[in-house]
Amino acid sequence: MSGWMVAMRVICLREARRFLSQRGRFLAALVRPLVWLLVFAAGFRAALGLSIIPPYQTYITYEVYIIPGLCGMIQLFNGMQSSLSLVYDQEMGSMRLLLTSPYPRWWLLLSKLLAGVLVSILQVAAFLALAVLFGVEIPLEGLALLVPVLVATGLMLGALGLLLSSTIRQLENFAGVMNFVIFPMFFLSSALYPLWKMAESSPLLRDVCAFNPFTHAVELIRFALYGQLNLPALGWVVLTFCLCMGGALWGYDPGRGLQRRRVR
Amino acid sequence: MSGLQVDGITFRYAAKGPAALEDVSFRVEPGVFCALLGPNGAGKSTLFALLTRLVVARAGRIEVAGHDLARHPRAALAAIGVVFQQPTLDLDMSVWSNLTYFAGLHGLSGRKARCAIEAALDRLSMRERAGEPVRNLNGGHRRRMEIARALIHRPAVLLLDEATVGLDAASRAAITDHVHDLAAHGLDGHRPAVLWASHLVDEIRPADQVVILHRGKVLAQGDARDLAGETTLAQRFLAMTGEEREGASGAAGPVGEGATGRAGEAAE
Repeated sequence: MSGWMVAMRVICLREARRFLSQRGRFLAALVRPLVWLLVFAAGFRAALGLSIIPPYQTYITYEVYIIPGLCGMIQLFNGMQSSLSLVYDQEMGSMRLLLTSPYPRWWLLLSKLLAGVLVSILQVAAFLALAVLFGVEIPLEGLALLVPVLVATGLMLGALGLLLSSTIRQLENFAGVMNFVIFPMFFLSSALYPLWKMAESSPLLRDVCAFNPFTHAVELIRFALYGQLNLPALGWVVLTFCLCMGGALWGYDPGRGLQRRRVR
Repeated sequence: MSGLQVDGITFRYAAKGPAALEDVSFRVEPGVFCALLGPNGAGKSTLFALLTRLVVARAGRIEVAGHDLARHPRAALAAIGVVFQQPTLDLDMSVWSNLTYFAGLHGLSGRKARCAIEAALDRLSMRERAGEPVRNLNGGHRRRMEIARALIHRPAVLLLDEATVGLDAASRAAITDHVHDLAAHGLDGHRPAVLWASHLVDEIRPADQVVILHRGKVLAQGDARDLAGETTLAQRFLAMTGEEREGASGAAGPVGEGATGRAGEAAE
């Protein structure tokens, strides 16, 4: 195995080990979407009638509709959690250790990202298994396509977290991320309601939702679950990943101001 | 040049702000223990951030084991072993896992990594603690482990930033002796250049090279014995950095510890 791959492997293993040792984090990652699925969806089921929209071929229950959005939510929270752990690493010094590795900084950060994606896919798999146990119908034909799609959406959301971690200096500032990133991204998306429903109340909000990259991540997952590749959504996801990753690499550039502020 | 060479480094945190380091130049040959001596805020940690490429300076040049850090960062970083002032250990992982992680970051795996880790643990007499979580180790052992970790990839240059901070006198002495020994006798035949940042004069021996850094500038450099002259290194250091009053009143306690004897006596 080349040195590059060795470095990536130890970074992924460390992240996976850390995740498995934090049982509370694993539990929270599962309970959060399950509450949405079993409580929120049950309440909304009657209130929100859904028409037949692609990729669905027939009327579906609300539980089936929000499954992709909840998969996206798991990855969104995981991306932000990884970002939080990066800020923690910076405060605790272990980020310094990582960045003094002789491998290029972009490779080290990409390895960190992939480690986070790996953890998020484990969480999504556990969530889908539990959803099936609770009687939600999940098509099996899409599972093969779902894995690479979750890698793409996980990379996008992880890169967003990485970008945020390159700008946040202190752990305390992280609460702001919850208010200004996670909640708006989640609620201004097609995770909980289809965009045409949103347009009925506000065309402007619909446009905001259509611009939100998280909407496209959710739609990419939704179509993948039915064995279809939503190419426009994939395009948005890849574009957002490139922008966030570019920004994060800029933020972690040793010659830039953000890094200068951080080492003081 | 196979040790460490720093040439005309000037660094500002903000483009128009004051210089954190100004025209800093010195060199450390292989096998030499060089103490970077400076009071708090002198710029030692900034210099370490530059040496490990956490930040880069726009002016000046750093060469590590013959590799220009700006042009060939990978080769230069591969030749550096570093112990930061702030501990960088994963407390919930075992000693062994921490070391395996670090070895992996340097591309070492399998038998090669295992042998390197065992050798590094043996050197610091830490082999029997390998399976323990780092959280169970005391401060002295954690520092020893960090030094063992910095040696895994057999670096040509060893950087230690205030490595004894927060330790009791016995642990401090043990670590200082060990690092002096490393510079003098080397790692399996090759002797690293050691840069030891500190504000504690009593950690320095008469034959050590000393670079005195104050407010971002190099005030003096040379052998500790020569720098001390007719006085003690501690007194000379206090005189140069203008902190006699603080030292006399005990506020600069650590420096004051060495002020009672000559540089040589303090170390011996």
